[in-house]
Amino acid sequence: MNTDQLMTLAVNKNGFIFDPENGISYTVNDTGLFILRHLQKGVEQEELLNLLTEEYEVSKEHVRSDMEHYMAMLKALHLVED
Amino acid sequence: MPNLSHLNITVAVSGLKTGDNPQPGVPVIRSIRAAGFTGKIIGLVYDSMESGIYLEGIADEVYQMPYPSTGADSFLARLDYILSNSKIDVIIPTLDSEIPIYIRLEKELQKRGIHTFLPTEEQFNLRDKIKLSQFFPPKGIDIPKTHLLNSADQIVKLQNEVSFPVIIKGRLYEAYKANNVFEAQKYFYELQAKWGLPIIMQEIIDGDEFNVVIVGDGKGGCLGMVPQRKLVITDKGKGFGGVVVKNPGLQSYAYKVIEALSWRGPCELEIMKDEEGVFYLIEINPRFPAWVRLAEGSGQNQPAATVLLAMGEEQVQLPPFRPGTLFIRHAEDIISDISLLGEISVNGELIRTKVEK
Repeated sequence: MNTDQLMTLAVNKNGFIFDPENGISYTVNDTGLFILRHLQKGVEQEELLNLLTEEYEVSKEHVRSDMEHYMAMLKALHLVED
Repeated sequence: MPNLSHLNITVAVSGLKTGDNPQPGVPVIRSIRAAGFTGKIIGLVYDSMESGIYLEGIADEVYQMPYPSTGADSFLARLDYILSNSKIDVIIPTLDSEIPIYIRLEKELQKRGIHTFLPTEEQFNLRDKIKLSQFFPPKGIDIPKTHLLNSADQIVKLQNEVSFPVIIKGRLYEAYKANNVFEAQKYFYELQAKWGLPIIMQEIIDGDEFNVVIVGDGKGGCLGMVPQRKLVITDKGKGFGGVVVKNPGLQSYAYKVIEALSWRGPCELEIMKDEEGVFYLIEINPRFPAWVRLAEGSGQNQPAATVLLAMGEEQVQLPPFRPGTLFIRHAEDIISDISLLGEISVNGELIRTKVEK
């Protein structure tokens, strides 16, 4: 997965995200921010699933479904590519 | 950053209307003042209700000008009258319709000690809306599919070649989205009555719109460039909020446009990026836009740089802009006195120091 576009995003601690290339801004909740920051650090999806499971004390299957949904949104916004 | 604190000169700026369809004069003056300028600023207006006349700290003197359509002689005669009251070292015109007359009068202005930093007449004409589709595509700069209309019947004849909705544009100002032939013809007649022929019919590019404010050096380069994306758009299509973006593809496209024209002076590019990432040049406005303070706010005081360039300084440099700089326009009531309206309406001029006495 190509996450280069994520590296260009300006992300603040409150979950406000600014894409300086096109001027679009987004907001994410704490979980979304957690995922984004780890993706920006280059953490792979499987490892991220483990981190989320530990952080939020939920089942891996539950996290996987939410995570897939989140990644689909990032793809639709052209922020990650397969 | 340009510093104008050492300049004891007089700068004249036109276009002081603010409000719902603001002209660039007031923000241009604010940027010049922000560069430490303490000299005199003269406002050149066409209408006594231009709101910037009544703002304190903007223009020290205001003079009503004849409309450019009255011709060069009356324009020059009015400037000569102003010069009998006050010297003018630099004029920054900010309205599309007056730029040609200032270009044509460049030598006459120079004789009077007035400096400008404007494009040549050839550069100005090449960016005309009716020339864009001829000049730029051979240079690798895409333009939306465009038809020049001299009669409303042409819209009917072209209806199978174009896909509605389309944009119908006046030669100088105004543009409307037409959803079908009937709407297109209605706007054709409205714009013809206001701005004459030809009328421009242009395909709509779906995607992201960007605006770029630039000062071209006249040799194919840019002394400054600040791109923004509009965040707040009024029902008249005016950007009342925007954010500075940093997009290498957009910037290199804008450089290409300026290089093709060897543009000299301020301008604003309107650019669309479609869903495939292809950039299209929509318009080139031959002056600063009303949002030019965003350039100053993001680190590039382009109006101040233009004053220095007009005064003949060659080593003018502007720092890189800061992406993420935001502007939001707000409306505010100006409280003034009827005597100021009286001065400008009756005498065609307002000398602030005299009124204060």
